[in-house]
Amino acid sequence: AYKRFSELLPKEERDNACSARVPKSRILMLPELRANPFQHRICHVFSTSDDGDDSMSFEDFLDMLSVFSDSATSDIKSHYAFRIFDFDDDGTLDRKDLEQLVNCLTGQGEESQLSTAEMEQLIENILEESDIDKDGTINLSEFQHVVSHSPDFARYGRFQR
Amino acid sequence: RDYQQADIKSLPGWKQRKRASSKSLKKFFNDVKELSSYLELWRHDIHSIEGKFGTGIQSYFSFLRFLVVLNFIIFLLMFSFVTLPSIISRYGVFNSSFAKISPKNIEPHCTVYNPNANKGLVYFYTYLKDLLSGTGFLEVTSLFYGYYTIDDAWVSILKYNLPLAYLLATFAYLALSLLWIIKRSVEGFKQNLVHDEDQFQSYCNKVFAGWDFCITDPNAARLKHRSLQYELKTDLEEERMKQKIADRTMKEKLRIYSLRIFINIIVIAVLSGCFYSIYRATVFSQENSNVSIRDDIRTDSSNLLVQYLPSIVITLANVIAPQIFSFLIRFEDYSPAFEIRLTLMRCVFVRLANIGVLLFSLWSQISYCATVECKACGYNYELYPCWESQVGQEMYKLMIFDFIIIIAVTLFWDFPRKLLVTHCSCKLVQWCGLQEFGISDNVLEIIYGQTICWIGTFFSPLLPAIATIKYFIIFYIKKISLIHTRKPAARPIRASSSNFFFLVVLLIGLVLAFIPLGISIAQIPSSKACGPFRNFNTSWAVVPATVLEFPAGLQQVLYGIASEAFAVPFFMVICLVMVYFIALAGAHKRVVEQLREQLVMVRFDPLSFL
Repeated sequence: AYKRFSELLPKEERDNACSARVPKSRILMLPELRANPFQHRICHVFSTSDDGDDSMSFEDFLDMLSVFSDSATSDIKSHYAFRIFDFDDDGTLDRKDLEQLVNCLTGQGEESQLSTAEMEQLIENILEESDIDKDGTINLSEFQHVVSHSPDFARYGRFQR
Repeated sequence: RDYQQADIKSLPGWKQRKRASSKSLKKFFNDVKELSSYLELWRHDIHSIEGKFGTGIQSYFSFLRFLVVLNFIIFLLMFSFVTLPSIISRYGVFNSSFAKISPKNIEPHCTVYNPNANKGLVYFYTYLKDLLSGTGFLEVTSLFYGYYTIDDAWVSILKYNLPLAYLLATFAYLALSLLWIIKRSVEGFKQNLVHDEDQFQSYCNKVFAGWDFCITDPNAARLKHRSLQYELKTDLEEERMKQKIADRTMKEKLRIYSLRIFINIIVIAVLSGCFYSIYRATVFSQENSNVSIRDDIRTDSSNLLVQYLPSIVITLANVIAPQIFSFLIRFEDYSPAFEIRLTLMRCVFVRLANIGVLLFSLWSQISYCATVECKACGYNYELYPCWESQVGQEMYKLMIFDFIIIIAVTLFWDFPRKLLVTHCSCKLVQWCGLQEFGISDNVLEIIYGQTICWIGTFFSPLLPAIATIKYFIIFYIKKISLIHTRKPAARPIRASSSNFFFLVVLLIGLVLAFIPLGISIAQIPSSKACGPFRNFNTSWAVVPATVLEFPAGLQQVLYGIASEAFAVPFFMVICLVMVYFIALAGAHKRVVEQLREQLVMVRFDPLSFL
């Protein structure tokens, strides 16, 4: 993992890779993130940078790889997945977050997005299935409950070795 | 991580050491697991397929790998317990010998068997023909049942009861296959049960767990986006469809039901047509081959086409019938998911029932008895002095033909089509486009081959080796065909439910294989001219004969277990246990519902719980 991290740094900074920060643009060139529609959110969530530029240090990089590996428990994965899906960072998944999530999934571009009526129907269905306390948003425990019943979550939520 | 480190520092010294040692032990186990995963067959290939094409297609290749390993183990089983002792005792290795007990109480005309083993100079064409149809020189090798005409093998002073070993090895490989498949499907079943029970959670599953993080290729990502969009749209449409169905009027319902009954009648007619043609083809093939008996020498004087006629008809039926079914089901107006499942079930039925009809027609030929002498033997001794070898030959031909067809389709259909699509820009060709990798079709193909292998192994003990090699080569053929000539399906099957579906159909194939084997072993008289069961009425008879040699006490125990006095209470106890578990499951479901309601109430009125 260290080797991969140091490959992302420009040549002159490679010696002190442990303390360097890799800018977001280089992180997004990783093969695992290149095709991922949540790439920006992933960088934002795992980055501990103070200036908000979403750059990642080696520790952040390790965090990201460990969460997406086989040995992470489903609790950890679902916790981070919740943070990734929470587009406005308010601690709950409300309708706008869900709408942005679905748009990310179906792809960029006008013709690949669902129509307004379909989006409404879909969001209604999702909230009906997962919103236990019927407050119109999904909080962390509801999310973890729903994801624990989901058979594909563990299978899909990992990077290839 | 910071919390973990702070936690560690707060522990006393000896606990720290214990934790450090358990961590290093964990790391050691991880290393061992990683090393042993390198030994896994095709690990890298399947990972790369997963990355490029998603987990749905990857599950097909994992399934293929599972079959390769299963067939190899079955081959090892049969080889070490049946073939190896026969070969050792025939060639006298390790001071061994074999004993052929001359049959008592059996008409002499039943025991005449002179396979034409092509002694002397033969044309190369005859050699090739024999290789493809299992006759001639292949018939007397250890490939077929007829080779094992040994009653006991002696190694120094140890006696090896070959007939019993043959039968027990057959039961062993069937039981092994059954247990292994059940073990693999239990996990999928648990997931499927949860998935089906919480049918109302399927949207969350698709949205929150929909993106496959293994995808690294931008093309694959684009396809995944499209497939997710398609899946969501289809689900929403299905929901609207359900609403529409609920709103149907009486008149419409009557019209639809009568249409469905009519179409089902057509489906049954198509199936009967297939079965009848297979029956006629088998009868024709058997009548026009192996028949001339001149001067007490059987000569196989048929050409390859007649020999392979049943296989050709079965393959044609397997190709045409699914097309007809998918055309017909459009008129039945079911919801999309049910449509797919029903078509799949019909295709499975066609494929597996075709094998059954073939075997049935073979048996009707074998047990057709007109003369008194024939009735004395129990089977048609003139045409089939060693009928197990004949059945083995049919299974061998089916397997070889299946293999040839798969190679031929890839070479002469997939690659030319790809060349045509890339180089020719006329509208019709572009509209046809590249073919998708139809997962269910391919899976049904290999399950059909595996069912043949299971049935055929009793009659041809080295057949699993051929099956192993066949699937090994098919893996590479399919992989190359996938990478170079296919576009991934727009409507992918989800990996979690597809694994379970493959194993269920495989299990159906295995259970279906039990039936012909059971009938051959227990009902049809074994041939008296060849094979290890010459001295017994049927193949099964060797087991009671062996039991009679046991000490009296053990015999009593065995009779007790097999009697009604034991079986009926045992069955009732099992029923009670099942009823208990079903009741427990129902109770748990009710508890979950109650807790759910309570959660909602807490939200609105927390004081009510104080």
